[in-house]
Amino acid sequence: MTDTTTRDDSADAAAVATPELEAVNERQKRRRGLWLALPAWVYLAVFFAIPLAIVFVYSFATRNRFGGTDLSGWNLDSYRALGGDLVRAVLVRSVVLAVITTVICLVISYPFAYFMATRSTRTRNLMLVMVMIPFWTNFLVRNYAWYVILGTDGPLSTITETVGLGETRFLFTQTAVVLGLVYGFLPFMILPLYASIERIDGRLLEASRDLYATGAQSFRRVLLPLSMPGIVAGSILVFIPSLGAYVTPVILGGAKTTLLGGYIVTQFLEARNWPFGAALSSVLMIIMLGATVVYFRKGGQTL
Amino acid sequence: MKPIHSRWLAIFAICALLVSACGSDDGDSESAEAATCEVGQTDGDLALFNWAEYIDEEQLAEFATEFGVEASMTTYESNEAMLPIVSAGNSGFDVVVPSDYMVGIMIEGGFAQPLNFDALPNFINISDEFRNPSYDPEQAYSAPYQWGYTGLAVNTAVVGTDFPRSWDLVFGEQAADYKGKITLLNDPRETIGAALKALGYSLNSTDQGELDQARDLIAGTVDNLLAFNTDSADELLTSGESVIAQVYSGDAFTQFLEQDNPGDYVFFVPEEGGTRWADNMMIPFDAPHPCTAHTFINWLLDGDQGAALSNWNYYGTPNKASLDLLDDELNEFLTSPDVLVGGLDSVESIADTGDFETNYSDALAQAKG
Amino acid sequence: MAGENITEPRGATKWLLRANASFVYIFFYIPILVLIVFSFSDNRNVGVWGGFTLDWYRDFAESDNTREALWNSVQIGLVATVISVVLGTASALALERFKFRGRAVFDALLYLPIIIPDVTMAVMMLLFFSEAAELFGFSKGFATITLSHIAFSISFVSVVVRARLGGMNDRLEEAAMDLYATRWQAFRYVTLPLIMPGILGGGLLALTLSLDDVVITQFVTGPGWTTLPVYVFGLIRKGVTPLINAVSVVMLVASTILVVLSLIAQRIRGGDTV
Repeated sequence: MTDTTTRDDSADAAAVATPELEAVNERQKRRRGLWLALPAWVYLAVFFAIPLAIVFVYSFATRNRFGGTDLSGWNLDSYRALGGDLVRAVLVRSVVLAVITTVICLVISYPFAYFMATRSTRTRNLMLVMVMIPFWTNFLVRNYAWYVILGTDGPLSTITETVGLGETRFLFTQTAVVLGLVYGFLPFMILPLYASIERIDGRLLEASRDLYATGAQSFRRVLLPLSMPGIVAGSILVFIPSLGAYVTPVILGGAKTTLLGGYIVTQFLEARNWPFGAALSSVLMIIMLGATVVYFRKGGQTL
Repeated sequence: MKPIHSRWLAIFAICALLVSACGSDDGDSESAEAATCEVGQTDGDLALFNWAEYIDEEQLAEFATEFGVEASMTTYESNEAMLPIVSAGNSGFDVVVPSDYMVGIMIEGGFAQPLNFDALPNFINISDEFRNPSYDPEQAYSAPYQWGYTGLAVNTAVVGTDFPRSWDLVFGEQAADYKGKITLLNDPRETIGAALKALGYSLNSTDQGELDQARDLIAGTVDNLLAFNTDSADELLTSGESVIAQVYSGDAFTQFLEQDNPGDYVFFVPEEGGTRWADNMMIPFDAPHPCTAHTFINWLLDGDQGAALSNWNYYGTPNKASLDLLDDELNEFLTSPDVLVGGLDSVESIADTGDFETNYSDALAQAKG
Repeated sequence: MAGENITEPRGATKWLLRANASFVYIFFYIPILVLIVFSFSDNRNVGVWGGFTLDWYRDFAESDNTREALWNSVQIGLVATVISVVLGTASALALERFKFRGRAVFDALLYLPIIIPDVTMAVMMLLFFSEAAELFGFSKGFATITLSHIAFSISFVSVVVRARLGGMNDRLEEAAMDLYATRWQAFRYVTLPLIMPGILGGGLLALTLSLDDVVITQFVTGPGWTTLPVYVFGLIRKGVTPLINAVSVVMLVASTILVVLSLIAQRIRGGDTV
C-alpha cells in the first residue's frame, strides 16, 4: 500500500532518533491509529457499507412490470440508460447551480469565519451557536419561511412596493433556488472554515506584514494557504448537497426544471425504477468520491 | 491490482447471492389466506399507516378507547413512498391506505392479505359504484376509504365566470392571458394525465406517440406556469399568487370554505375529463395484528364514522349510510352538476401502466426542460 | 492555544468584515423572524397577518401527536449526536495523526455518507433494516432511526474535526509526554482543548442534521415513531398553516435550551478541572 496523504513529522523525528527506535515507534503508531479508527470503521461497515452494497447490487437488476425489482438476470441496462440526453441535460444544469451556490457561500463565509476568529473565545462560541440556532428549525420550514418572504404578498415585495420599485416576485425563479440553497448550506461552509482559520497563529500574519507584505499579499501567501483545508472541506460540504438538492428547487423554484436530486427521487418514488435510481446514485457517488479524494489531497498538499 | 479486483468481484457475487436469496422469500407470502377473526375482535394495538391529515386524531383516539387498545398513526406522502416500506416486510403496520392503482400493485406483489369479509359486516354500507373496482375485481383485498377528483380550480373574481370548462384554460392559447398565474400538479401521472385528457386520449395511455404529444403540450405551456406544485396549489390560489390551479377536489373544497368569500372560487373537472381516484384500506401481508385491523376497518365502514371522516377531510365518502350525515356545504359541493362537467363517463381512475410508468416520469422531466 | 489569536485588521477591512458579519446574521435571522411572527397570526394562510393569537401554540400543546413527535426527535437527536461525535472525532484523529492498514479505504468510506443522495440512503437503509428485523426479530423505530442518523453524522463530524486538525502537528502532545504526562493526560489536556472548536462545530452539525432529516427517517421508522420533521412534512402536504410555525418555534426553543445547557455544563466541568 502506498499512502501519501498523511505527512507527519517522521522525517524530522528520524533526524534525531535511531532507525530502530523509529521503526518501533512507527509500528506502535500504526496500531494505535487502527484502534482509534476501529469503532467508526466497524460501525460504517455494518450500518453503511453493507446497505450500500445492496443498492449497488440493485443497480444491475431489472425493474419488473409492477415497479418491483427482479433480482435475477443481472444486466447493465441501467448504466446504458445513463448516456441519454435527458440525464446529460439534468446533470449539466445541476452542476452549474451547485457551483454558483458553492462560490457564493465561500465568498460570504470566508470573511465571516475570519471575523469570528478575531473575537475572544467566549464571543466566538456565542457567535457559533448564533449561526446554528436558525438551523434547529427544520429544513422544510426554513424553505417555507423564504417562500412566504419571496411571494407576491410577502414582506420583500411589500418593501419594494413602499420604496416605489413596484411589486416583485422572486418566488419560483432560479434566483430563489440559489438563495434558498445558499441559506440552507451556509453553515456547512462556515463551520469548517472557522475551524481551520481559528487555529492559524496570528503571529504569522503579523510577521508577513512586518516584512512589508501588503494586506492582499499576506492574505494570498499566508492566510489562504493555511486555511485551505477549511476551504476544501467547506466547498465539498456545500457542493455535494447542492448538487443533490431536491426540496429547495421544488418549494422555491416551483419544480420548473428537472435537477439531479429531483431526478433521482423520481426514479425511486415515482417511476419506481429502482435499478436505474441505484445506477444513477452509484455513478454519481463514484464520481464525487473520486473528485473529493483528489480535491482533499490537493488541498492537503498546499499546506 | 489484480487480487483486489477479484476480491471485489467475490464480494459482489456474495452480495448478489444474499440479496437474491432474501428477495425470493417474499414470494411465499402471496398465497396467504384471510385471517380468522370475529367481528369486533382485537389481537393487539393498532398501527395505522395513512396519508397525512386524512383522519382526525380524535377519531382515532375514539377507536382506541372503544376497543381498549392503543392506536398509533404514521403518515406518508405518496403511494410510491408507502409501497417500499410495506413491501420490504416487517413494517409493523396493520392497516395501510393505498390509492386505486396501488391496490392492484400490492395485490399482484403479494404485499396485502385477503380481507375476511365475515369480520366486516359494515361493508354492506358501501355503494355499488365502489364495489368490485377494476383494481380489485373480486373485492377480496380492499375496502374503500374516501374518494375525490383531480380537476381545475379557478378564481372567478379574476377570471370571471365566462370561461370554457376545458383543459384549454391551461394548455390552450387562453393560457397566455394568465401567464405566470397557473399551477399544475408536480406528479407525472396527474400532470401528464391532464394533458392526455386535453388531447382526448385516455390518461392511462401506453402509446408513446400520444405521450409525446402530451409532453409537448406541457412543454408549450411551461412559460405560462407559476409553478408545478402539489402541496400548496390550493393556498397559492386563495392567496392570489395563482388564479388557475390543477388541484385535488378535497384540498380545493376545504381551502375554499376557509375563505371569507368561498363563492369566488370554483372547482370543476374539465369537459374532456380528469381523474377520479379512490383510496382504500388494506392489511399488509405481515400485519402483526390482523384482527384489530379488521375491527378498525369495520368500525370506519360504519355510517357515523364514515361521515365523521368526510366532514373532517372534505373528501367524498363511498359509504351510503354516511351520505345523509354529511355537512350541507360538503354535500352541495359533492352533488353539484357544475363539478363534473363531462359527466361520469369522462373521468377515469389511474391504473398502473407496468413498464410504461418510467416513460411517464421521463416525459414530465423532458417537458420541464 | 498553539499561537496567538488572529487580530482584527484595521481600517476599511475592519468595517467590511463587520458589515459582512452583520449581513450574515440578518440573512440568517430574517426567515426565523418571519417564522416567529406568523406563529402568532390569526390567519390560516402563513404570510397574511390576521391579528395576534396563541391558538396555534394551544393546538400544538393539545395534540398528543406533536408532543410525542417532539420528544422522539429530541431523544434521537441527542443520542445520535453524542455517539457520532465520539466516533467521528476518533476517526478524524486516526486519519490525521496515524498511518494504519486500510487507511485509504476507511478515508473513502467516511466520505460516502456525505456524498450519497438522501433518497438512495433511505432506500438502502430500508432494505437493510427490513432484512435485519427479519433475521434478528426486532421492530423498527427508535433504534433504526438513531442508527441511520449516526451513520451519516459520523462523516460530517469527522470532516469538521479534520479541518481543525489538518496541518496541526503532534509536537505539543509529545512535549507533554516528555514531561511525563500519560498518553491519556496528554490527549485530555493538550489535544482535546485544541480541537474542541472542531468537535463543538461537528456536534452542532450532527444535531442539525438529525433534526432536519425527513427522507431517511421516513423509510426506517416503525409504528409510533414519528419524528417532528416527519410530522411537519405531513402537515405541509395538507397545507401550510401557522401551526407549522408554532411547531418550529417550539423546536427552535427546545434545541437552543438544550445546547445552552450543554455549554453551561461544559463550562462548569471545565472550571473544576482547569
